[in-house]
Amino acid sequence: MELENTVTPKISNQKVRWGLGISISTVAWLLAYSNLQLFADFMLATVGLSRETALGEAVHFFLYDTPKVLLLLTGIVFIMGVVQTFFAPERTRALLSGKRMGIGNVLAASLGIVTPFCSCSAVPLFIGFLSAGVPLGVTFSFLISAPMVNEVALVLLFGMFGWKVAALYLGMGLLVAIVAGLVIGQLKMERHLEDWVQAIQARADQGYESGSMNWVERAEAGLSHVKEIVAKVWPYIVAGIALGAGIHGYVPEDFMASFMGKDVWWAVPAAVVLGVPMYTNAAGIIPVVEALIGKGAALGTVLAFMMSVIALSAPEMIILRKALKPRLIATFAGVVALGILLVGYLFNAVL
Amino acid sequence: MKDVKVLGPGCARCKTLAEMVKQAAEQTGVAINLEKVEDMAAIVGYGIMSTPGLIINGKVVHSGSLPDPKKVATWLQEG
Repeated sequence: MELENTVTPKISNQKVRWGLGISISTVAWLLAYSNLQLFADFMLATVGLSRETALGEAVHFFLYDTPKVLLLLTGIVFIMGVVQTFFAPERTRALLSGKRMGIGNVLAASLGIVTPFCSCSAVPLFIGFLSAGVPLGVTFSFLISAPMVNEVALVLLFGMFGWKVAALYLGMGLLVAIVAGLVIGQLKMERHLEDWVQAIQARADQGYESGSMNWVERAEAGLSHVKEIVAKVWPYIVAGIALGAGIHGYVPEDFMASFMGKDVWWAVPAAVVLGVPMYTNAAGIIPVVEALIGKGAALGTVLAFMMSVIALSAPEMIILRKALKPRLIATFAGVVALGILLVGYLFNAVL
Repeated sequence: MKDVKVLGPGCARCKTLAEMVKQAAEQTGVAINLEKVEDMAAIVGYGIMSTPGLIINGKVVHSGSLPDPKKVATWLQEG
């Protein structure tokens, strides 16, 4: 990044500080990440345990996985915080407005990954999209993908189960969001929006444009994203890894296989039904996922459970009820649940 | 007297923003009339898409995140 002559000394000073800070952090990060195994071995030796014992194996697992996942999380969340500054909801809306069904759904689901989203803003976002001429089905694709396919879920899956599982989750999450949005669009349910929403749609849009940011502000946004997210999720992650470590060391491999394995046909629907009323963020569900997979549950079943907990939640339904009539809510939940169900079965069949 | 509205359906960040505005008003000595808008139709009517939103004298100055406290003070003095 070149320093422009026009910038004030204060800004360019900050640029240098940020540039240095990021460079040093990156080097430190890479050093730490490439020495995780050494660190875990060293710590284990320090407390006088051996990996030969169940306790030693469990402690080693914890010492290796905790720093690894926290490092990954910090790095990715920072990058995502910066990326998100390019995709304010207003920007995403402008990108989606006037898009046809089909291509619009694909775009909406993809933008759901990078646009900052909190379920408490689901209604203003929903209405903001509709009022700008984004089709209902496209809006739903976004609304399904945004909470479900997010960086925290992906980082955790990558850190704990490898890139294949993370990539599968990403692909399948997008697929569910795209297809469910297409289906809802086909059903032509615009009249099942609440009356006040339909009234707003008819009104001229008074848009709000957030000002453009410089790189210092984007980096600051990244850092505050790290503080917000990591502060919120680290206890879940440590708990999850501790639980996983315990299972890793002590529980027999195929403990769960008998009732959550591939051959149990009702396991996937049961997982989805169980998941809907439950509500937690991606980090909160990881301890459970870790425990289930660690005991030999089938991956499809577990991912279906994870998706239904994150994507369909009772509190979000209650918030959306302010804008949607019951039939549209029921359709939304039904279509997404069905999609997740199919993903679960597909995974179990393929893997 | 400046008319300041904090828009949000009662989430944690909305409450924090209301507190920030109060503090900024005290520090800068700007007299404000602070109102919290929680009605969804009213929030959406301002054209913002993510909460919390901050309105000063009818103009949207910020939405979607907690702003820098220094900026809040500047907005209060300008707006």
